[in-house]
Amino acid sequence: MEAPPEHCPGVESEQAGRVSACAGCPNQSICSDPNKKLEDPGKALVAAALKDVKHKLLILSGKGGVGKSTVTTLLTRYLARSCPDNNFGVLDIDICGPSQPRLLGAVGENVHQSGSGWSPVGIDDNVCLMSIGFLLGSVDDAIIWRGPKKNGMIRQFLSEVDWGNLDLLLLDTPPGTSDEHLSVVSYLKNDEIPNSVRAIIVTTPQEVALLDVRKEINFCKKQGIPIVGVVENMSSFRCGHCGNSSEIFPAKTGGAAAMCTEMEVPLLGSLPLDPLIAKACDSGEDITAMKNPTTEALAAICTRIMDSFN
Amino acid sequence: MLDKVKNVIVVLSGKGGVGKSTVSTQLALALRHTGHKVGLLDIDLCGPSVPYLLGLEGSDIYQCDDGWVPIYTDESKTLAVMSIGFLLKSRTDPVIWRGPKKTMMIKQFLQDVKWDELDYLIIDTPPGTSDEHITVMECLREVPCNGAIIVTTPQGVALDDVRKEITFCKKTGIKLLGIVENMSGFVCPHCTTCTNIFSSNGGIELANLAQIPHLGTLPIDPRVGILAGTTASVLSELPESSTAEVLKGLVQHLDTLTAQG
Repeated sequence: MEAPPEHCPGVESEQAGRVSACAGCPNQSICSDPNKKLEDPGKALVAAALKDVKHKLLILSGKGGVGKSTVTTLLTRYLARSCPDNNFGVLDIDICGPSQPRLLGAVGENVHQSGSGWSPVGIDDNVCLMSIGFLLGSVDDAIIWRGPKKNGMIRQFLSEVDWGNLDLLLLDTPPGTSDEHLSVVSYLKNDEIPNSVRAIIVTTPQEVALLDVRKEINFCKKQGIPIVGVVENMSSFRCGHCGNSSEIFPAKTGGAAAMCTEMEVPLLGSLPLDPLIAKACDSGEDITAMKNPTTEALAAICTRIMDSFN
Repeated sequence: MLDKVKNVIVVLSGKGGVGKSTVSTQLALALRHTGHKVGLLDIDLCGPSVPYLLGLEGSDIYQCDDGWVPIYTDESKTLAVMSIGFLLKSRTDPVIWRGPKKTMMIKQFLQDVKWDELDYLIIDTPPGTSDEHITVMECLREVPCNGAIIVTTPQGVALDDVRKEITFCKKTGIKLLGIVENMSGFVCPHCTTCTNIFSSNGGIELANLAQIPHLGTLPIDPRVGILAGTTASVLSELPESSTAEVLKGLVQHLDTLTAQG
């Protein structure tokens, strides 16, 4: 295979085959003819494998370390507890830095192969998880892959995992707007059912995070993924000793609320910076059964998400 | 490539949001504060933070015969900065690129930017061990690179990813200069009790485990966060803070290292 030209606009671009960089490229005729556009055969496989999955929810953020994985875990656990008759799946598509096995308390579990594909790891009666973390020999093992290999892995996760009947599949993503995000969107998006894949955006209050999150919201808009809303994480810290609140990541520019108004997306709620959550993340404990300001905020966020499904 | 650059330092972490960009910018400012000529290259293409952190948003890159001219923070031209943020029309524009385009851009940043004589070039990276990292490591084989500084928070969930980054460095043969532990403990301004929000000592333990130096522990200090958007160094603004202490140590460490050549 020949390398793409240096300024290749990308095969999915409207400019494909038409810009000056395409001149001389062996694929120019395929790219420029809309009728000849080849659909990735993986897309049909994914659709077949996920035919019994009702809803898909992407947990996104342009910024790293804002709590995408934590929010995914909290939402899954809370929803699974409040809807015991429904089934939930979590797919971790952060290939280079998988966090879900630790957060959901499944470190060291193994994925088994059956006739119908990989069986995801059972977390609870109605929750299962798939992550590349289960396929690594040791926590020190690094996945040093360029985009195409990551895409192949994501395709396998979507088409070769035996998800079974799920009411909701939550997809935890890495930061950015690159290979993983484009792949997952192109595999899952079905133009006939526009609401089958939607996104939740996670942010923290400070501008350096909001800056990247705005980019992610525009990514969703460009890709035609409806946004359920924004969750603001680590919004304030309540000192366990004196009870006073401090803004550790100060919202100099109005925080998530101002950004949501500006970008015209709903704000689902704010989660405080609670050392209890940070601790539970590391140990994989479930804290959603407790009653405290954090779980109350979580309950309100989940109710808004549930309402959006009806 | 990078002919006039004496030393190259890469700032890495497997995990996002641990403070790579904050450490990169403050290290660059600290090096400048101690009299060095410094360059700062941001290769986080999907989430560039350096222009905002240095208050340089909206600056335009110009082209000269030799390539792109980096942005200088002031007339003294002692800190040169390059980031994809300077090439975007709007600060909300996403960069929706797959690997090959990102690789091409990073190669251009390394080959076509007209860095003047620099004592240090600091390279700030995105999280992960993928296209950006593989590309930068491949390019750096051709130039003398001093090594990588790893940034982490003390949380187990961050350390999991950072351990992968250390493996990446070992496999690609880049020297590990050491680990900086960030966001370790927050002192309540009301009662001065220190809470280890994201646990504590994780960075030190990892440094011991991986047998690499521990370069310092930075607390959560909102005063440092407030410096975002300016080119003020912690060394001049908060000289008494423990952040300044760690940065001073880091500069000294680098100076000794580079003096040995």
